[in-house]
Amino acid sequence: MSTNNINNTLNRRSFLRNTSLAGGGLLIGFNLFQACKPKVIKEPAIDLASLDYNDFNAFIKIADNGAVTIFSPNPEVGQNVKTSMPMIIAEELDVAWKNVHVEQGILDTNNYTRQVAGGSQSIRFGWDALRQTGAAAKQMLVSAAAARWGVDPSECTVSEGVITNAAGETLGYGDVVKEAAQLEVPEDVTLKKPSAYKIMGKPTPNVDIDEIITGKPLYGMDYKADGMVYASVLRPPAFGQKLVSYDDSEARAMSGVVDIFTIGEKVRGLAEKDPGVLNIISDSDKVVVLANSTWEAMKAKKAIKAEWEQATKAENTEEHDKILTDLLDGNKFETRRSDGNITKAFAEADQILERTYESPFLPHSCMEPMNFFADITDEKIHLVGPIQTPERTAGFVSELLGRAPEEIHLEMTRIGGGFGRRLFGNFAIEAAEISDKAKKPVKLVYSREDDMEDGIYRMSIKYRIKAGIKDGKVSAYHLKEAAVNSNMYGLIPHFFPAGAIENYQVDSVAYNSNITTGAWRAPYTNFLAFAEQSFFDELAEVMEVDKIQLRLDLLDKVKPEEDERIQYSPERMKEVIRTAVEKSGWGTKPDNVYQGFVNYYCHNSHVAEVADVEIENGEPVVKKITCVVDCGIVVNPLAAKNLVEGGVLDGVGHSMYGDFTFKDGKPTATNFDGYRLIRMKEAPLVETYFIDNGLSPTGLGEPTLPPAGGAVANAMKAATGNRLYKQPFTKTPELLKVPEKEIIG
Amino acid sequence: MPTYQITVNGASKTVDVAEDTPVLWVLRDHLDLVGTKYGCGIGQCGACTIHVDGTAMRSCSLTLSQVEGKSITTIEGLSENGDHPVQEAWKEMDVPQCGYCQAGQIMTASAFLASNPNPTEEDIENAMHGNICRCATYTRIRKAVKIAADNME
Repeated sequence: MSTNNINNTLNRRSFLRNTSLAGGGLLIGFNLFQACKPKVIKEPAIDLASLDYNDFNAFIKIADNGAVTIFSPNPEVGQNVKTSMPMIIAEELDVAWKNVHVEQGILDTNNYTRQVAGGSQSIRFGWDALRQTGAAAKQMLVSAAAARWGVDPSECTVSEGVITNAAGETLGYGDVVKEAAQLEVPEDVTLKKPSAYKIMGKPTPNVDIDEIITGKPLYGMDYKADGMVYASVLRPPAFGQKLVSYDDSEARAMSGVVDIFTIGEKVRGLAEKDPGVLNIISDSDKVVVLANSTWEAMKAKKAIKAEWEQATKAENTEEHDKILTDLLDGNKFETRRSDGNITKAFAEADQILERTYESPFLPHSCMEPMNFFADITDEKIHLVGPIQTPERTAGFVSELLGRAPEEIHLEMTRIGGGFGRRLFGNFAIEAAEISDKAKKPVKLVYSREDDMEDGIYRMSIKYRIKAGIKDGKVSAYHLKEAAVNSNMYGLIPHFFPAGAIENYQVDSVAYNSNITTGAWRAPYTNFLAFAEQSFFDELAEVMEVDKIQLRLDLLDKVKPEEDERIQYSPERMKEVIRTAVEKSGWGTKPDNVYQGFVNYYCHNSHVAEVADVEIENGEPVVKKITCVVDCGIVVNPLAAKNLVEGGVLDGVGHSMYGDFTFKDGKPTATNFDGYRLIRMKEAPLVETYFIDNGLSPTGLGEPTLPPAGGAVANAMKAATGNRLYKQPFTKTPELLKVPEKEIIG
Repeated sequence: MPTYQITVNGASKTVDVAEDTPVLWVLRDHLDLVGTKYGCGIGQCGACTIHVDGTAMRSCSLTLSQVEGKSITTIEGLSENGDHPVQEAWKEMDVPQCGYCQAGQIMTASAFLASNPNPTEEDIENAMHGNICRCATYTRIRKAVKIAADNME
């Protein structure tokens, strides 16, 4: 687990390109994962079977004048990879960060492969390979300079792109780039020690900051092309519905309307080859309006009168509620992990605690609604837009149109929020079918209502947790999951408290719904953390033991070295717990501050959070969250702290307010007037602490979100005396009331 | 279609669009000023905030007849070199994550500070409450508005 355990031997196959550029300069392409496979890649970060972590590339371009361009291959959704991944390369390349220009790479299936933003994995997987890329390029440049001077490369030193020999002579990278491009790629490189870092670990502003604060076109919504028309699509208003007929006479007469037609045939064709696509897109016909402007397209869509038939069941939230409860009561489970014998342990227990936790569906609510540009002609397929899974999406489009993948040129724009929604490129599939049919460059734009109604939602889930207590110890633990459409994946059943309790079992069962669901920031754990950590809080109360001590005692029993499925480190977990206790002033606060504690592991990072609730005007208010994170080395502290604060507030907001229900197959909220997101006045202060342990970086985009809901719930319990079992908490306002005597007191 | 004369970022523009076209889409689709963002279309999220005669308004909910003869400022025209004190503060705090809502946040904050140069923390929270940030950069927005206020004194 130390930073020095990496394999410093480069594999020759790692380098795909080492090219002298026509215009002068050196372009190095580097196949990162063939060079250095991380020791543990067991856990699929997101539940997409098609993800392949085997390859991952980066490019460095050095011009004759010494200017350095680093191409960032991964989609930027706000997680800062466009800044922090190039920082890692620049560090080892030994150039001044101010002289580095960063460009977004395009989808390039020949040379890049893990071009995915998901699962908080970009930095973790890129860490060793990005460093080696920079170091290899540096070594080639030094060797070229040494050869020109006729000295040994070991006599040369480098600082900020300038090579100096023992005699004090200097050459810039640009001076030797032509010779360097002729050299063999080195097989052994020396990496810097963390103490020598000049770029990593320094607060570094977002590379797009100037463009963002001055409103430059960066996002898919901003993209324009010559001859482009705007598309608005009328989709089935309820899940399970199909188009029967439509009348577009009024819409056709409206200003700016270019054409109105249906799509759907090609999606049905795609579904024959790849039925899984129907998990993200309806096979109904849809009515497309093409117009000269976004507004005209959206307006004309509203003037179309369509008839729909309910082809499959129109589902309701009340029904889901009952179905999930019945599943929890039933016996259709798949066992995901089983240690010891829970049946026997429960039979022998002195005391049993069993609780059920409920969560709603959630839309992603990316501030930039879904959109995509497609220009499909006989000669080319040009796609542009915000997508977390460009390669997978290009694959869908290739199959949809029956065209070769090589014909596809896909450019990724900066993404106005992803949170998992843009892992699913149903909008890109639609844009492609529209452009193919219209024979025009088309930009498909979702209205906010389209975005909320045609979602791929966080699924509604219920957890039932049961613990047995014997002789003052937790002797048995049984976690049951009933979810809409899909269950927890990968190693989640082996997260804490797996390994800490002798008799332990995780079971799951799913109900298949026609409502589309998928990954949502920190899939499953975004709700599971609240359920389990609320349960531990209550368990400690029942056992009449200290809440922190209960957790520490359980962690003492975990032996990851004896069970390779257990990825979390009890030692690292204890360290975040101890730090959070200290930094939050746990147990030392004045009487009017009520605290709630959570520790959690997911996305390879360990996190502890403490929520402070105070009573204001008779209401309990979340005032502060103390968040302690162990994500190893922090590449860019400026962005990392931002990401932590955002993840925490996102977790607080959705657990407090996120309520999304269905009636007759339709979402009951379609815009931000009916669906509540956290806003400024509701946002507590967030105090962030990173554990400084020099270990390799792990995930950060997601792991601070899951603990937040549990920390709030446990603090609310302390303040009000009421346990919260159901999200969002505002759904049961009576439980957020402070007892009369507290107000008077 | 009717023709409208509007003033955007100091320049007079003639636009020929349907009368119910929201100013947001005139800016984005007709005048190529895409810094003003579409988020909800119903005045709930604040991503489309512009200044009309110095007052922060939701461009998705404004028609052209409401802005004729008035002066519109968008994020592109807030300052010549991106150096308005609010922009500088946003840069100093490195506020954005995805960045999509930030033009609207900056336009709300700059109009607010012009009318209330010495805000309390509560004033800042009230002023910024109407702008949603799904990445939840609220902690930094709060600090950046305070920094901008201090630097504008």
